[in-house]
Amino acid sequence: MVRSILSPLDFSVEELDQLMDLADDIIRDPAKYAHTCDGRILATLFYEPSTRTRLSFEAAMLRLGGKCLGFHSADSSSATKGETVADTIRVASCFADIAAMRHPKEGAPLVAASKSTIPVINAGDGGHQHPTQTFTDLLTIRSLKGHLDNLTIGMCGDLKFGRTVHSLIRALVRYANVKFVFISPKELKLPSYIRDDLLIQNNIAFREVTKLEDVLPSLDILYMTRVQKERFFNEEDYVRLKDFYILDKKKMNLASPDMLVLHPLPRVNEISTEIDDDPRAVYFKQVKYGMYVRMALILTLLNIKPE
Amino acid sequence: MSETEKRKQYKLNVGKIEEGFVIDHIHPGRAMKIYNDLGLDKLDCSVAIITNAFSMKMGKKDMIKVEMPLREYDLDTIAFLDHRATVDIIKDGEIIERPHLELPKTITNVIKCHNPRCITSIEQELDHVFYLTDPERGTYRCKYCETEWVNQNTRK
Repeated sequence: MVRSILSPLDFSVEELDQLMDLADDIIRDPAKYAHTCDGRILATLFYEPSTRTRLSFEAAMLRLGGKCLGFHSADSSSATKGETVADTIRVASCFADIAAMRHPKEGAPLVAASKSTIPVINAGDGGHQHPTQTFTDLLTIRSLKGHLDNLTIGMCGDLKFGRTVHSLIRALVRYANVKFVFISPKELKLPSYIRDDLLIQNNIAFREVTKLEDVLPSLDILYMTRVQKERFFNEEDYVRLKDFYILDKKKMNLASPDMLVLHPLPRVNEISTEIDDDPRAVYFKQVKYGMYVRMALILTLLNIKPE
Repeated sequence: MSETEKRKQYKLNVGKIEEGFVIDHIHPGRAMKIYNDLGLDKLDCSVAIITNAFSMKMGKKDMIKVEMPLREYDLDTIAFLDHRATVDIIKDGEIIERPHLELPKTITNVIKCHNPRCITSIEQELDHVFYLTDPERGTYRCKYCETEWVNQNTRK
């Protein structure tokens, strides 16, 4: 049976461990995997522009020896002629062995997966799910910290609309003794379905604060997010909140020497470029982990093992 | 006025049905919604709608009598619209069954997803499917975008 990945929780903790073990092995010995996807094709079906995610998927497939085809905006696909997502994936299934789909409409990859004969990876559907970003975040933390349990994780910025934050919380609550500190202006606090339905119901330790400086010394991980203009209906609110938090050298001096700073990128003003050279700023390393975890995911879904 | 007199005064004379079903104990004012959502307006059979009838249990209630066999999927729709209602299935003028109603686990094409970012907003042929995620609060979530839909019809 064809398996697709639509949400980060489609993998159990054990399966996630296996995925990250495989990513670790690829990092250790990339040559062993350089031809594992010879003759295989990845279809990148991107109905909206994306730089990092698409390049990351394509780099992952190319580094496994495979090839890529696809489109990079809805304008260059049959969607402009009114073709449904279901028909597009049926056609892509004839050409490719696996597909990565980004779509501005939430649930589009689910529709695709239900009609597809090849594995479909959700590469982001609106404000809904972005599982490979979560896998990237988990691999980054596990690789650089050595574990995913017993961590105090600060999440800062737009916690209301940020899908990466919501997905990461859902994934991390499955590990033991993970504590959260949520840092946001009151307008951008966590929605109740995460706060009440997930954290409170499962007795997960968390605090909600507005001042970053107060909590910085207690954090093992600081996950920064961008306040996204497209989520606001009111320009005035966006302007008022966009620079609410700026992580700079002064604030980094308050943090522990082992604290790591992650960011799903792109960043705007929330992380000052003056800390880019700080060894604790790992958001560009995070991009590389993203490629490795996508390599591991492609191999897993295609059920390919190196010889 | 005694309860018996009250009942007499409010008693409506709607004849017994031979074969069909009676939806009883409907929350007052909700019968027309059930009538429309079950598509009873499209049927060529006798349908009686009684609103604000006297009820010992509820004070007031609505009722619908339909002279046509119950379709199985109707039960889910009735339960979703008013899970405290009761349904009597009638054959040869007698009640032969009173199926238990509970909030359906899945509801298809009864409510629509109103999230403008949902794939159902642009692909018209997709079914609008919702899953029950919290029976206590009557919360459903869209199969595609997981947008919450709280069933206001849920009565404690």
